[in-house]
Amino acid sequence: MAIRTLEQENRRLKWTMLAPALIFIGVMIVFPIIYTVYLSLTDAFGAVNADSSFIGLLNFSDALSDMRRFWPAVGRTVVFTIAAVALELTLGLALAMLLRRPFRGMRWVRTIMMVPLLATPVAVGVLWLLILDPTTGIANTLLGFVGIPPQPFLGSIAQSLPTLVLIDVWQWTPMMTLLLLAGLSTLPNEPDEAALVDGASPWQRFRHVTLPMLTTTIITALVLRSVDALKTFDLIYATKGPGGGSSHEAETLNIYAYGLTFDYQEYGLAAAVLVVFTVIIVLIVLALRRRSAKAS
Amino acid sequence: MMLKRRDALRILGLSAVLSSSALGLAGCGRSSGGANGPLRVAMVNHVWTDAVRSKIGEFEDLAGRRVLVSTMTSDQLSNTYNVKLNASAPDLDVMMYRPLQEQLLFARNGWLAELDDLLAEDDDYDWADVQDAAKDRVTIDGRVFGVPVVTERPTLYYRRDLVDAPPTTLTEMLETARRLHDPGAGLHGFTGRGQRAGAVSMFSSYLYSFGGDFIVDGRSGVGTPEALAAYEYYGRLLRETGPIGSTNMTLEQITPIFAQGKAVFAIDADAVYQNFIDPATSLVGDRTGFAAFPAGPAGSRPFNIPSWGLTINVFSERRDAAWEFIRWASGPEMTLRLQNEGVPSARDSAWADQESLASFPPDLAESMAAGIATGVGADRPDVVQVGRARDIVGRPIVASILGDDVAASARDASEEFDDFLVRDARQRQL
Repeated sequence: MAIRTLEQENRRLKWTMLAPALIFIGVMIVFPIIYTVYLSLTDAFGAVNADSSFIGLLNFSDALSDMRRFWPAVGRTVVFTIAAVALELTLGLALAMLLRRPFRGMRWVRTIMMVPLLATPVAVGVLWLLILDPTTGIANTLLGFVGIPPQPFLGSIAQSLPTLVLIDVWQWTPMMTLLLLAGLSTLPNEPDEAALVDGASPWQRFRHVTLPMLTTTIITALVLRSVDALKTFDLIYATKGPGGGSSHEAETLNIYAYGLTFDYQEYGLAAAVLVVFTVIIVLIVLALRRRSAKAS
Repeated sequence: MMLKRRDALRILGLSAVLSSSALGLAGCGRSSGGANGPLRVAMVNHVWTDAVRSKIGEFEDLAGRRVLVSTMTSDQLSNTYNVKLNASAPDLDVMMYRPLQEQLLFARNGWLAELDDLLAEDDDYDWADVQDAAKDRVTIDGRVFGVPVVTERPTLYYRRDLVDAPPTTLTEMLETARRLHDPGAGLHGFTGRGQRAGAVSMFSSYLYSFGGDFIVDGRSGVGTPEALAAYEYYGRLLRETGPIGSTNMTLEQITPIFAQGKAVFAIDADAVYQNFIDPATSLVGDRTGFAAFPAGPAGSRPFNIPSWGLTINVFSERRDAAWEFIRWASGPEMTLRLQNEGVPSARDSAWADQESLASFPPDLAESMAAGIATGVGADRPDVVQVGRARDIVGRPIVASILGDDVAASARDASEEFDDFLVRDARQRQL
């Protein structure tokens, strides 16, 4: 009988201990990804397990040449993400700077700020749908008090996407604030104090001292929120329904892929759209991570 | 620290058991209790569901079996079926479904049990008593895949305190709605569905009444002059007399608008009339009148459809019990009881019963009778991929509401619909 070395025993034990996690990852993550890629190469329709044919990259070429739904959805996804995250970052940073120094009632303010984060996106969507209803909602009643005519908000082709951005900002700015507050609390005070002694104004100290030191935290927060915003689904579906509204005015890639799957039963094409979507997300994350590595 | 071989094997064995248990639970999807377990029924939020749900205890006593009911919105229900039936899940026994929306696709996928033998063997169920048009809608190539439980027609809801007599033509309705439309005072002339796909079913009655149809001789009918006139009329009605934001509206939005006294007219399904006049939620229930769908150039041709039916999941382990439930819930006796509570049925015997008709407001009963007499048996394109078809034929509705070029939109939709119909015909094979 061959004698095993300590190193061989450890290697066997390592794989033994890892086995449950690897099985879980294989079944819950790797298999769905591989199956999605497989589906994207077929003309699967109606039922996932129905007879389907291998059609190569036809679904990808159909999706990428679709100027009616696919590319507008890509555009809306990008616009929604950039607008929401930019506003959340700006407001979040401003709030974090305000909340940075201890003040009376700080705990109450921070607790209230957490409230939107606790609600599920569907509940948030339904809540805002009621508030913004053009005919029966309270928003137009309040606008009427200050002489502003009723607005259609989510009932309008033009106002839907901006309104959704603002709802997203309402819900997720506190998250950005908390992340940036955590980053601010780790910064050393000395550089700021030195700038103060040198006569720098508050804006100069923020622009040239605080902001550079906070860059890594900002990029981390941007990665987290951007990936989340790119994938936004519940809020849009709860407020605009299938297809993102009557003129697809709020149809992002997620909503489009969902519609292809559940409204059209076009599983092959939906899988191709999701593969493209995943590639886009991975590329964005890689780009932001590279930027983060440079900054740190 | 290095573990001994025996310990490592124990951990591996435990992990394997836990993993296989978890996978078994997640992947196997067996329904609890096997053939003798509780019956699982999925239903939509609907007046029929509310009425039958209050009586399910009677069935449980009769069958000696528990019934677990889950209710959802129609979209949620449809998505749930898609997910569960794609996974061949047996944990749904009886499914409430829309024969016009889902039946062709589900039957094509082999997800529905065939009921022919059960219906043929069951004299008490009296299949012949079900309205012919409703029977047609649950039958494909001579095979029956479900039973209809509730029928719908559009009815004109109007404010009796604002309108002396209900309009009898679409032209008259538009004129009256225009005259009374006063958004500054919080009153709109008309409210109706405007969301692209959601509006299609209600728009169908306007289309038929203008002499058009979605499909004419197997080709797209949405570019015909009749369809164009219908699209233009419907868009003008909502644009000039409807509330702002009409393009985002479905039944969920228009019901509260009318119930809060903010609209003179609304046209929607008669089966949900209680939502419009329920004293608990409506400020104008006592001032609401009902009338038949106003006539267009081709007369009054509303849809008259079996909007919801019951069917059996082909993967169910309790198919016999599922049929027992269906025959109890949709048999002649229960149908009459439900119609007595204001739920319009699909059985001739219930409609012939004068006491049952008296359960509806008299003008609503007249509107229903008119709809049954002149109605068309479909409210959406008769295709496999109904969702996609509704998106295509609904596009000119939105263009018209927005005041865009309706002719160009209808032409574009018609071309796309023609291509769609060629592919859909290939997918129609059962």
